Amino acid sequence: MSKKLLEIKNLTQHFGSSNNPIKAVDGISFDIYEGETLGLVGESGCGKSTTGRSIIRLYDITGGEVIFDGKDVHGKKSAKELKQFNREMQMIFQDPYASLNPRMTAGEIISESFDIHGLYKNKKERREKVASLLEAVGLNKEHANRYAHEFSGGQRQRIGIARALSLNPSFIIADEPISALDVSIQAQVVNLLKQLQKEHNLTYLFIAHDLSMVKYISDRIAVMYSGKIVEIGLADDIYHSPVHPYTKSLLSAIPLPDPLSESRRTRIPYVHEEVDESASFHEVSDKHFVYGTVATVQKWKDTE
Amino acid sequence: MSDTILQVQDLRINFKTYAGIVQAVRGVNFELKAGETLAIVGESGSGKSVTSNALMKLIPQPPGIYESGKILFNGRDLIPLSDKQMSKVRGNEIAMIFQDPMTSLNPTMRIGRQITEVILQHKKISRSEAKKRAIELLTQVGIPMPEKRYKQYPHEFSGGMRQRVVIAIALAADPKLLIADEPTTALDVTIQAQILELMKEIQKTSNTSIIFITHDLGVVANVADRVAVMYAGQIVEYGTVNEIFYNPKHPYTWGLLGSMPDIDSNSDELLRTIPGSPPDLIHPPKGDAFAARNEFALAIDYEKEPPMFQISETHFAKTWLLHPDAPKIPIPEAVSKRIEGYLAKEDQLNV
Repeated sequence: MSKKLLEIKNLTQHFGSSNNPIKAVDGISFDIYEGETLGLVGESGCGKSTTGRSIIRLYDITGGEVIFDGKDVHGKKSAKELKQFNREMQMIFQDPYASLNPRMTAGEIISESFDIHGLYKNKKERREKVASLLEAVGLNKEHANRYAHEFSGGQRQRIGIARALSLNPSFIIADEPISALDVSIQAQVVNLLKQLQKEHNLTYLFIAHDLSMVKYISDRIAVMYSGKIVEIGLADDIYHSPVHPYTKSLLSAIPLPDPLSESRRTRIPYVHEEVDESASFHEVSDKHFVYGTVATVQKWKDTE
Repeated sequence: MSDTILQVQDLRINFKTYAGIVQAVRGVNFELKAGETLAIVGESGSGKSVTSNALMKLIPQPPGIYESGKILFNGRDLIPLSDKQMSKVRGNEIAMIFQDPMTSLNPTMRIGRQITEVILQHKKISRSEAKKRAIELLTQVGIPMPEKRYKQYPHEFSGGMRQRVVIAIALAADPKLLIADEPTTALDVTIQAQILELMKEIQKTSNTSIIFITHDLGVVANVADRVAVMYAGQIVEYGTVNEIFYNPKHPYTWGLLGSMPDIDSNSDELLRTIPGSPPDLIHPPKGDAFAARNEFALAIDYEKEPPMFQISETHFAKTWLLHPDAPKIPIPEAVSKRIEGYLAKEDQLNV
């Protein structure tokens, strides 16, 4: 595999008072390699969005380290260094209705970052760059003068993607980028993300709760439960040979477009087992790690 | 499974807007038998929610207009009924479960009262009996400690538990027909699976008919007996769940099935997409509304609207491709391969 682009070490993010904090992210560690897509799944409230937001420095983290391309993301930075970092890492948000400013045209939304970073000062150059970004996401340059309400949900999400791409980032965090869209439009946006990844050698952290889409887009998948990553591995391994009982339960709940198999579906309920302090990641097969104590992981493996 | 309880005939609903008249539902026909589940699938704007709201007469007039058609519930047409007559049907014979359990409950009322309100409205029983019934309902929908929960407010419940309360309210007056408008869209997969199990169980014990509106084909495969695929205000394909999933005939249904990734699908291939977006229903296109997005469109699609072609006793599709003179177009490979895969898995299990 290629080099590590992002290293997350023991990341913790607590909210609320310090004597009784809500542990949204409770000490997680993982790496993201250059050019890959890491899917992050889990139910609402498990901390997956908080993880994404902490990585990109939308929150000041409580503890741990996020290292991007060898540099500490949360370390002290001058304004110039911060800008440089912001160019490298961008985010696509869930709700294409709420994430675009209704008072700005698509062109202004996309080129706002140019003002901040002092790029493309020449008007003509800027227009060309905006047009090429719009074309890259399947819109055309006439769309630059329209406001957000003039676009459909799928088109809005394309504008969100064009904005994320405007500074040529190397890493993009997509926080449920398709869950607000219709099925047929979801496929268009996912295809677009895949195509852009190939063209620009992008690395994605793809956060979602739609597990079939995550399987499709991700190279590796991390499953989160209650602020912790419980299992991480290659997408095929997670889907075909899950070890952690939570992963098994989650997978057993995905409905498939196959009525005959649906009629036999039995959901595996998940009963949370507290693991003690000695819990850590155990490699069960190549690049496939499960969080637990030695005894529990062995037990889960045996019940397979 | 014999008697038909609901017949919708040529239902047309328009909305008056400043931009013009939006033809949201353009001639919808379907039937529902007792104890059966019909799933209506389609994209946003296809008219599926308008259709279901119309069944409860929940379309505000104005701007809504019931242009034509009949909604025969147990043989009685609901469209000419007055509001007063309708309020005896709503919640009593036909009940509805809404998408968002966060907004469909009253935040200032205790759960218990929200349930007994419905019972007292429709049944002549005392308050204490209503309370007993409400607690029974909470138990039935799988809420632990119902006596304690009865006195709590919605904010004290999780999303899944709230949706269970919404279902308990819908069941309060023993309706014969339950309309569920995207009841699990706002929920996590694990909770969604629980709610679907609950709805199927309720149906088994009380023989309620269910109309299930969703855009998730996996959910459809799980709950439905019969499926109606809607596009641009019309039903474009209608059949049993097996017919729709294993022998789809309409190119729009192919598109929907193809745009969903499969657990086994190869991630090097791009997903099949339906290009473009749904048509403007202020000026519905001439001919087949799907023609502009249909890679298999024929010349006639741009001229004349196709009729419903019958494929089997229960299977219908509205596409010119089924005309005897039309070229024979096979199901796109990506979709047919997947169906073959599913059926092959079945064969293996049956051996």
